[in-house]
Amino acid sequence: MKDYSDIPGTYVFDGEHSRKGYRLNMFCMSLNDAANRELFVRDESAYLDGRGLTPAQIKAVLGRDYLELLKLGGNIYYTFKLAMLDGKSMQYVGAQMSDMTEEAFREMMLNGGRPIDGNRHKGEF
Amino acid sequence: MARIIAGVGTSHVPAIGAAMDNGATDSDYWAPLFEGYEPAREWMRRTRPDVAIVIYNDHASTFSLEMIPTFAIGVADVFQPADEGYGPRDVPAVHGHPELAWHLAENLILNEFDMTIANNLAVDHGLTVPLSIMFGQPDVWPCRVIPICVNVIQYPPPTGKRCYDLGRAIARIVASFAEDLTVVVFGTGGMSHQLQGERAGVINQPFDLDFLDRLVSDPIGLTKRPHVDYIREAGSEGIELVMWLAMRGALGDSVTEVYRHYHVPASNTGAGLTILEPG
Repeated sequence: MKDYSDIPGTYVFDGEHSRKGYRLNMFCMSLNDAANRELFVRDESAYLDGRGLTPAQIKAVLGRDYLELLKLGGNIYYTFKLAMLDGKSMQYVGAQMSDMTEEAFREMMLNGGRPIDGNRHKGEF
Repeated sequence: MARIIAGVGTSHVPAIGAAMDNGATDSDYWAPLFEGYEPAREWMRRTRPDVAIVIYNDHASTFSLEMIPTFAIGVADVFQPADEGYGPRDVPAVHGHPELAWHLAENLILNEFDMTIANNLAVDHGLTVPLSIMFGQPDVWPCRVIPICVNVIQYPPPTGKRCYDLGRAIARIVASFAEDLTVVVFGTGGMSHQLQGERAGVINQPFDLDFLDRLVSDPIGLTKRPHVDYIREAGSEGIELVMWLAMRGALGDSVTEVYRHYHVPASNTGAGLTILEPG
């Protein structure tokens, strides 16, 4: 039990998480290179082949399932590179991860964000 | 003798840079944020520092999981904007101050801060957005910049106390540099925000305002805040605020807040800006 384990809806990128997601995150990192972005867009599956991702990670990448990517060791700064490639915003990704529409998420942010009250501990989430 | 004349704390949200790059700062969404930046820019135009030491973090742009330095200092002549996944920002290259940077690197290490020394360091929004916020859109950045990159992506980041002590050491070492230079220290990132998970979108305005208050009146108290409190109260990415404590540490015991601006939201973030002067 870590001191942050009871924070709800939060995947702290610690050593355990980082180890699990190393290959996945390094694939995302490769998208910082324009030539790699082009190759990935041309044939996503072929690009992912041989990079050491698990089948579940590959499925989540192809499906742009951002919450699943987090659970499989992804770090948001790495996985967000996929969203950038798709022309999606951080609000789109935030909405998808928290099961809201992008419109509702944006509205929530305009109204001061997700309230901290009721969101501090797993028991109250 | 070089001397630190002020500290700036500011969020470094990429969307703030994008709003400027895309000419959207007058929109209903962005205008309230950017109106609040104007007095800070005016202060900066008056202050005209020779050097900005910018304490920031890289976001999977230059440093990946292959190598994760806790503290790195850029000693190069020039730092190019990084490609973060959508091409580099169209902002000027950042010119360094290698003499002061090496003086800092050598003396920080001899003072037991084990810095990583970076000659080739592309800088991402963590560094360039604060420059845009404070300097607007010049053809050339009006001062030299020394990047100090702090790992806050891979848990655990350095503690708030360690960052504060780094700032104190920076102040002593800057003061021992022979050339007559004025220096402003930037602490960047924050304030409350969480980008990830089912709790994405958390903002804690009372936390942020309390942090701004205590940055002036109780920095030592802030250095005792454990990481778990930042993550729980300010969101997983709110932990970037430890970098503001490095800035605060560089200013000495007593400071005056000469300007403050706080606005929610900038994208998914509580955006704060503070200008502190020693004394």
